[in-house]
Amino acid sequence: MIRLKHIYKSYPLGDVTVDVLKDVNLHVRPQEFVSILGPSGSGKSTLMNIIGCLDVADSGEYLLDGECVDDCTEDQLSEIRGKKIGFIFQQFNLLPELTAYENVEMPLLYHKLTAAQRKERVERTLSQVGLSDRMDHRPSQLSGGQQQRVAIARVLAMEPSIILADEPTGNLDSHSGREIMDILGRLWQAGNTIVLITHDTQVANEAQRKVYVHDGILSTKEMAS
Amino acid sequence: MIRKIAKLSLRSIFSHKRRSFLTMLGIIIGVMAVVILVSITQSATTGITDSISSMGSQQITATVTGEDVPLSRESVESLAGTGAIEDVAPVLSESQTARHKEESGSFTVAGVTPSYFTVQDIAVQSGRLIVSSDLDFATSVAVLGTEAAYQLFGTWDAVGGTVTLGDRNYKVVGVLEEQGSSLAGSDDSKILIPYTTAQRATGQKNVTTFYAKATSEASVSLAVNTIDAYLLQATRDEDAYTVSNQADLLDTMDEVDNTLSLLLGGIAAISLLVGGIGIMNIMLVAVSERTREIGIRKAVGAKRRHILAQFLCEACILSLLGGLLGLAASAAVVAGYGLFSGSAASLDWTTALAAVLFCAVIGVAFGGYPAAKASRLQPIEALHTL
Repeated sequence: MIRLKHIYKSYPLGDVTVDVLKDVNLHVRPQEFVSILGPSGSGKSTLMNIIGCLDVADSGEYLLDGECVDDCTEDQLSEIRGKKIGFIFQQFNLLPELTAYENVEMPLLYHKLTAAQRKERVERTLSQVGLSDRMDHRPSQLSGGQQQRVAIARVLAMEPSIILADEPTGNLDSHSGREIMDILGRLWQAGNTIVLITHDTQVANEAQRKVYVHDGILSTKEMAS
Repeated sequence: MIRKIAKLSLRSIFSHKRRSFLTMLGIIIGVMAVVILVSITQSATTGITDSISSMGSQQITATVTGEDVPLSRESVESLAGTGAIEDVAPVLSESQTARHKEESGSFTVAGVTPSYFTVQDIAVQSGRLIVSSDLDFATSVAVLGTEAAYQLFGTWDAVGGTVTLGDRNYKVVGVLEEQGSSLAGSDDSKILIPYTTAQRATGQKNVTTFYAKATSEASVSLAVNTIDAYLLQATRDEDAYTVSNQADLLDTMDEVDNTLSLLLGGIAAISLLVGGIGIMNIMLVAVSERTREIGIRKAVGAKRRHILAQFLCEACILSLLGGLLGLAASAAVVAGYGLFSGSAASLDWTTALAAVLFCAVIGVAFGGYPAAKASRLQPIEALHTL
């Protein structure tokens, strides 16, 4: 499913270049639930950007579903994101002018789907996250937990190969956070591949497998800090 | 897809009503400037050319500018009936002060023959015209234009009264029909007296100006040629006279009209361009405001062209909407102008259509840069802006 081999990534920061990822190797199998755990500044966001095809590595090889994505153009990356990757962000990232329904429908508009197909998917996924009665609400009229559920419905409507969740509970109270984790757990049990990025060990423990990032190095063991 | 994008654009335009309206204002004013100016000039010039052609294009005016050209009335009048010329009317004009009791005014006093009335196609509303016996006896009679009659007598009913020109008294025998103003000058403020009487009063023997009428509109150029040949023979100097007719005047009018429309349209088009810059400005603001939205859309699979289309569509709709609003406002203004001025001003639809099309082009041209900028945003950078 996901295979990262010897990934390096560095960013210029003023006059110096910071090596954010150093020789990262990661293999995520289909229907696995992996959490990537690390403190802020560890490079886990950069890793998530590369896995999510929002960014490309300086060197190394990234195979997604057996396809190499290292030499893709920007538009090709967009297409891969649209087809294979569903993002769940800490800030929900819903469009404020659109209703819940329209937010879920929005990514579908970039694909060849009929209006009826779109309607069916949007309604099905919103009911899956328990928001059938909130379809016409705007994000500002929804609680944080509800907004995150809309974001999850948006991911599900796209039927992606991988769900990439970046601190999905980071902006939520513990009760809403619990709800979101329950939904993710159910989605994994239903056969989805999930990669969860977090700094919260408790959240990370929900996953089947944990990996740690520290100073740009990935390991299967927690480092003493 | 296109419908969805258009809907989205409309929504974002309407969610910032005041800003959108102010942005469109530039386009609205530009379109109004183009459409109103062109429509009103066109209807005004149409009015003038109509009044020129209503006078008939059979009329020819000949003026001798050379000095002491021995051209007698009889010689000029002998042209009538030759070479497509129906009639000839020599005129001896002079500006003079006319008095009646306490009233006085400066008028063009024209010595004319009976042919003058057929050539100029005018008639009296009361009294009689100047007839050949007036010429034979050089009688002291006058036919007044309506304006001259009104100024001297306070009424058009002046027949039977007396006007004083210089030191001689003239009996008013007729008042002309009102002609209204026209480009070629009207007889409303003229005083017409017999040609021979005018000759005696001024001591002028030679004919310097005469009007002629061609037998038909088709034979105008033939008649012009006849007069031209006649005057060339009489003066032996082709710079010593001019021959012109209404058709020439109409051509000139058309040229002036086109130049004017082009000039005004051009100036107004500049204001449309300025409106376009306003759109570009606002679209650039919108792009930086909506960086996060662009990032989200790209993260879920939007390609460059999708973002480009969205912003381009928004700029076009903004500009077209402004164009249509401007057109509606212009229609109202032109209609109001028509009512107020009493002229038959109407919207020039060709210009209107061109202006609206131009708006669409402006939308693409000035929306293009901001839209391209939006489409080039990198998703990670766009997502990290708050």
